[in-house]
Amino acid sequence: MNLRLLKRLPPACRRPLTLIGSGVALLWLLAGLAAPLLAPHDPLAQSLPRLAGPGRGHWFGTDALGRDILSRVLYGARVSIPLSLTVVALSLFVGGVLGGFAGYFGRRVDEVIMRVADLVLAFPTVILALVIAAALGASLQNAVLAILLVAWPPFARVARGLVLGLRSQEYILSGRLLGFSAWRSLRVDVLPGVLGPLLVLTALDIGNATLLLSGLSFLGLGAKPPIAEWGSMVADGTLQFDSWWIGVFPGLAILTIVLAFNFLGDALRDALDPGTAKTIGTAKEHAA
Amino acid sequence: MMARQNRLLSVSDLVVQHRRAGRRPVRAVAGVSLDLGAGEVLGLVGESGCGKSSLARAVCGLTAPTGGEILFDGRPMRPLGVRRRAPALTGVQMVFQDPYGSLNPRRRVSAQIADGIRAGAERGERGATKLTPGALLVRVGLPEDLADRYPQELSGGQRQRVAIARAVAARPRLLVGDEPISALDASAQAQVARMMRALAVESGAGLLFISHDLSVVRLIADRIAVMYLGRIVETGPTAEVWENPRHPYTRALLAAIPHPDGAGRLPVELPGDASDAAAPPSGCRFHPRCPLAFEGCDREEPQLAADGVACRLYSS
Repeated sequence: MNLRLLKRLPPACRRPLTLIGSGVALLWLLAGLAAPLLAPHDPLAQSLPRLAGPGRGHWFGTDALGRDILSRVLYGARVSIPLSLTVVALSLFVGGVLGGFAGYFGRRVDEVIMRVADLVLAFPTVILALVIAAALGASLQNAVLAILLVAWPPFARVARGLVLGLRSQEYILSGRLLGFSAWRSLRVDVLPGVLGPLLVLTALDIGNATLLLSGLSFLGLGAKPPIAEWGSMVADGTLQFDSWWIGVFPGLAILTIVLAFNFLGDALRDALDPGTAKTIGTAKEHAA
Repeated sequence: MMARQNRLLSVSDLVVQHRRAGRRPVRAVAGVSLDLGAGEVLGLVGESGCGKSSLARAVCGLTAPTGGEILFDGRPMRPLGVRRRAPALTGVQMVFQDPYGSLNPRRRVSAQIADGIRAGAERGERGATKLTPGALLVRVGLPEDLADRYPQELSGGQRQRVAIARAVAARPRLLVGDEPISALDASAQAQVARMMRALAVESGAGLLFISHDLSVVRLIADRIAVMYLGRIVETGPTAEVWENPRHPYTRALLAAIPHPDGAGRLPVELPGDASDAAAPPSGCRFHPRCPLAFEGCDREEPQLAADGVACRLYSS
């Protein structure tokens, strides 16, 4: 990477962890996109030898059905990454809209939405997601839906708090006095003020969503068997404890991608944090 | 006095209460009546906490009154709710105290002034569509090229002028200034106040100018109303109130203005603080601090008489 370009980034984005995070995330993104080109074998093809250790021909070994682990890990990126991004984007949308309404309109709207959010938050996330996924039936779509249902309340909480803080701002009142509709007021005056912090929360949540998704698949509530999905591959590994490579490689995949997303989220948070805003020049940011 | 229906703004027996969780409600405005004609400037003065802002916010419909009536142009002022404000009511515009809070930090000055122009056009004001943000900036004494800037690139005084330009862009029939100059440098205060008067009077709008600074209000107001703890204690033409203040509170306010006459006199300060608005004193609200209080002031509450003063010194 060009060094001069690097220097122009905000300090939070220049830290080693951020660079490692973005590098790893980028690698996984490319791996997922180029899986058909990179994978040495068909991820679903079964061939002998079964349970072969890592070595020539099968770098990461093969599983109990003789499928190439490397190919399956690469193809797994095509499941985990887009689905966790989707689920987080949906949570941001659902939570942001509900929380925004709650904060802006207050009273009964607020009461109803936030009590439902509290209800969801009262349960441990993983357990509630398990229950919902189990009730809906095991499939990737249902796993995504289950995670969405448990993941939106924090977004709603944050959005509500931000909107509540903004609502009494005089520029919002000025807009209303000028005849802004509630919709226009939300769009023009409120949304730009809440987007930054919500995006940070989103970035920090991608790792969680990935973990939760593979967790559900690990327990058999997500991806159905033939699909190459990291969580279910780790589950396969627990059945063949002598063959460590079956579980370890997809496990490492989950570990690296979750860490990478968390590093990126931290960087985004620090870059947008008002405490460090001075160093990155808010005036210029707004002007840009 | 003109018939009430013909007045641009007519407030009668207005009561504004602020509810607080677990505590007794504060009666910030406790029965205020005033009116204002087109092209007239009314200066409302009083100490901080006397209910001036609550009155201003109620007049603009930002807070719902607890009692009484506010008529704008003969129509009741509907408090702002979830629904968008009716175009007729965008004829009331407000300039807030804090120029750092009243402009959206993320939008260009031109876009925010354009909102005002649109509001005027939607009300069907003639000539509203011909206005441009640049021309309005010039009218408030700012260079035209400020239109492309963001609020945080401007000084407090410039921002307040932008806020005024936005309010004026809506072609208001009633302009309400809630302490619009108190956040400004002393050098800019009189200038901005005079400008607000000129802009309002030029367009035939009424101006309700709220301030705690009598010396500035005197420069621009046709009439003055003095407020103490939620009630108007004295009102009258500016010159009359200035030359011949009658209510002891008005006298105290005037005496507190320093006079640069070389005599080196320090202004006389009113002893004590205003009483708690949540538990106003019995009788005349001013009696605990009044140097002229006499027998009965702590029992009988004086009403604002036709001669414009609410004090028992003059009632009998």
